[in-house]
Amino acid sequence: MAISFAAALGIHDKALAVHSQRAELLANNMVNADTPGYKARDIDFKQMLRQQLDEVGEVSLKATHASHISAGNGLAGAGELMYRTPTQPSIDGNTVDLQIEQAEFAKNALRFQTSFTMLNSKIRGLSSAIRGE
Amino acid sequence: MSLSNIFDVAGSGMSAQTVRLNTVASNIANAESVSSSVGETYRARHPIFTVMQQQGNPLDFNSLFEEASGSGAGVKVSGIVESQAPLNKQYQPDHPKADEEGYVFYPNVNIVEEMTDMISASRSFQTNVEIMNTAKQLVQRVLTLGQ
Repeated sequence: MAISFAAALGIHDKALAVHSQRAELLANNMVNADTPGYKARDIDFKQMLRQQLDEVGEVSLKATHASHISAGNGLAGAGELMYRTPTQPSIDGNTVDLQIEQAEFAKNALRFQTSFTMLNSKIRGLSSAIRGE
Repeated sequence: MSLSNIFDVAGSGMSAQTVRLNTVASNIANAESVSSSVGETYRARHPIFTVMQQQGNPLDFNSLFEEASGSGAGVKVSGIVESQAPLNKQYQPDHPKADEEGYVFYPNVNIVEEMTDMISASRSFQTNVEIMNTAKQLVQRVLTLGQ
């Protein structure tokens, strides 16, 4: 019986990647809180995670030569970034609500730590299985 | 890895807010700098913030796509403009800087505006520091993976 590491770790390593991606986006929103005309952006976490899990079946460019560059699947493709609906219009066209972004950032950090704890316990379980203690 | 990008993003925000704080300090310091002509008078200075676009590595195909998605990578100060508001012209014939008609020119610095700008800048700076702190904690957590 072989242990499949990919199956053993489950959804958590992918979730961790999406969480760190989202943390960067939210940080970007907060940093641009005073930039005129900046539109706050976010991702749909559920859709993003599903895409990460389904990436095996994703369309990819066919490489007919060894030196061809693969298009790959970068986390943030052009289509997935969405604009946040502003709660209140501002005169300079900026749609960043600092409080909302801070709350989302804190939530995201907490979920990151949750995913991390789950991943860590999975790894600990695997290593104790390997040691056979 | 995108967690380490947060340090760049928050760092760009901190440097932009520092420039803003600098202009506020300069404006308040020069609020009473008089002169005898319109051209010589100090004018209130304000930074212009713009979104810093991600600089894609041309050898890396993925980063080109990220650039196209336009998520941005922080903020930058694209320039500092002088306020075009009318100067404060006062009739003070005894003033040593008065022109031949007896007028002196005071800068168009609005102290109340500058003070609110200062508070806003320092709050934004604090937010950026918090973002960096959180990112640091997350990175340190990741380093303990599997222990």
